[in-house]
Amino acid sequence: MSKTEATLNGDSQWPLWEVFVQGPEGEPHSHAGSLHAPDAALALQNARDVYSRRGGVSSIWVVPAKDIIASSSAENGLMFEPMDSKVYRHAQFYKVPRGVKNL
Amino acid sequence: MDETAQIENFERRIAAGESIEPKDWMPERFRKQLTRMISQHAHSEIVGMLPEGAWITRAPTLRRKITLLAKVQDEGGHGLYLYCAAETLGADRSELIDQLLAGKAKYSSIFNYPTLSWADIGVIGWFVDGAAIVNQTMLAKASYGPYSRAMIRICKEENFHKKQGFEIVATLAAGTPAQHAMVQDAVNRWWWPSLMMFGPHDADSPNSAELKRWGIKRRSNDELRQRFVDMTVPQAQAVNLTLPDPELRYNAATDQWHFGEINWEEFHRVINGDGPCNKERLQARRDAHENGRWVREAAEAYAAKQQRMQAA
Amino acid sequence: MNADLFNFVAGLADDRLVLGHRLSEWCGHAPILEEDIALANIALDLIGQAQNFLKLAGDIEGAGRNEDQLAYFRDPAQFLNLQLVEQPNGDFAFTIARQAIFDCWSVYLLEALSSSSHQELAALCVRAAKEDRYHWKHSSTWVQRLGDGTAESHQRMQSAFDALWSFTPELFQATAAQQKLVAAGLIPNLSSLESQWRKAMNELLEMATLKVPTVGAAAGRPARSQHTAHLAPMLSEMQGLARAFPGAAW
Repeated sequence: MSKTEATLNGDSQWPLWEVFVQGPEGEPHSHAGSLHAPDAALALQNARDVYSRRGGVSSIWVVPAKDIIASSSAENGLMFEPMDSKVYRHAQFYKVPRGVKNL
Repeated sequence: MDETAQIENFERRIAAGESIEPKDWMPERFRKQLTRMISQHAHSEIVGMLPEGAWITRAPTLRRKITLLAKVQDEGGHGLYLYCAAETLGADRSELIDQLLAGKAKYSSIFNYPTLSWADIGVIGWFVDGAAIVNQTMLAKASYGPYSRAMIRICKEENFHKKQGFEIVATLAAGTPAQHAMVQDAVNRWWWPSLMMFGPHDADSPNSAELKRWGIKRRSNDELRQRFVDMTVPQAQAVNLTLPDPELRYNAATDQWHFGEINWEEFHRVINGDGPCNKERLQARRDAHENGRWVREAAEAYAAKQQRMQAA
Repeated sequence: MNADLFNFVAGLADDRLVLGHRLSEWCGHAPILEEDIALANIALDLIGQAQNFLKLAGDIEGAGRNEDQLAYFRDPAQFLNLQLVEQPNGDFAFTIARQAIFDCWSVYLLEALSSSSHQELAALCVRAAKEDRYHWKHSSTWVQRLGDGTAESHQRMQSAFDALWSFTPELFQATAAQQKLVAAGLIPNLSSLESQWRKAMNELLEMATLKVPTVGAAAGRPARSQHTAHLAPMLSEMQGLARAFPGAAW
């Protein structure tokens, strides 16, 4: 949706990137926010300056926003709801005789 | 699904407290109202860097210099988060900035007042950030996911802004008589404009009902303003400063502070462009934008060259 | 020896205070929002380093002056910073060129000083060197993009280096204080800084399609002994409020 080319007065604010940040080492990366950058190297540096100002970051991923493919909530019914009924995928579905441990 | 059914479904989701995400269907008017609101909020952060930024070079100690710079930098960061939230609705940051620079977009009228003394820096942190936090705590529960997430991050980060402001105020209030006079003067100048930050009375706020129905705003302007006054009066008392309102008195029946009427003529004048610093603020933003144009172009040209070389 | 060490450490502090102050002037006026935040981070690092070095200088002096008294109550003539860092911001290319020249030099300097036998000084330099390595990454990234961007940015970047190059000999001119500290074994010999710096700058400028300006001779005066006309107005702005209320708490 977002344009990366020139706008009304021929100006650009650079393409949009999504930033994923890993807190302590070993944790998964999670979405921190977005920013603008002309290229990957500056996207990483900008992400460092914008999203790690308060410390606690051990790794950053940046991805051009246009390369993110997202599911649509209009399809949530067919995409995800069928999964909710598959109780047999969860451990509590299974009965175990009393007293048996370490299962 | 036809549009009526879509709207019904949309409003049912909001009523159920669900979060609306960028790819979800939403009424065009919801998209428009949100884009307007979030971008105004972003503009306010960016323009808001200027009055306080003017004192970074004059801060009276190194600690004050560092902490003020970190605060003004945060405001830039918050503007950045908010522009990005607006972009998830299909707006483009260039367009939003063009609207600001062309004088077509509004931003909080508070930033059209000048910062005349160092005490203003303290009082802005105390009043302006205090008022913003009241408003933003509500917006952190807004029905639009990206806005709410930006607000949660911003509220967390702004915690230190208000404390920093109050620390400056308390130090000056307990300082020399000249320092006390300096901070009282700042309180006198900033109190009423801060109350105006919450916007017109509910009865005169054309967008409020709709924003409330769509779960963007959860409290009315007047409710939030009252909450701010009730919070701030005891803080002023604690540091021996007087709020410039002869009508201010405690109402035991409601457990609230009654306050006088805002000068709405001034409010409309400033928000419509005729405040003390409107021209200066926009000019500063335009200058930064124009002077930076060749830099933005150069970075893009370099990136394009690198891409061509990689492709070749 | 204390006076020499004080002068040396205060010089480290003043370079960073003045440059950090200059960078902070960009806050709210940078070419793009992301860069506002980046420049503020660098300014914060530098002013923080200045605070630490001034505190150490005050301790070394032992006259009871703290970092704020040193920052706010010394006159321009008592400031020991390089002329390079007091130059006004100019356009973004000028700021970046000034920064790249300084960052590259500062990284080598702080790395060398990290092995100083003065332990507190060494510890501060270890920390500051980490910060400055990022500053160098930032400034060199920009030199490359502006040098090899558009014709306009190339020309602006080249003029900035041309204009600032005359301030570079002072970076490598040892002060009397510095020479005595080296002789006393308090700080390492810094004579290899110039060749390290020159090599790195040449590589950067070449990669950025820029010409290395011709080296001027050092001015015929001791390093850090004189300022350009730009320091006094900057300090009068910085110190004005603090000096209007001497002895006040803030």
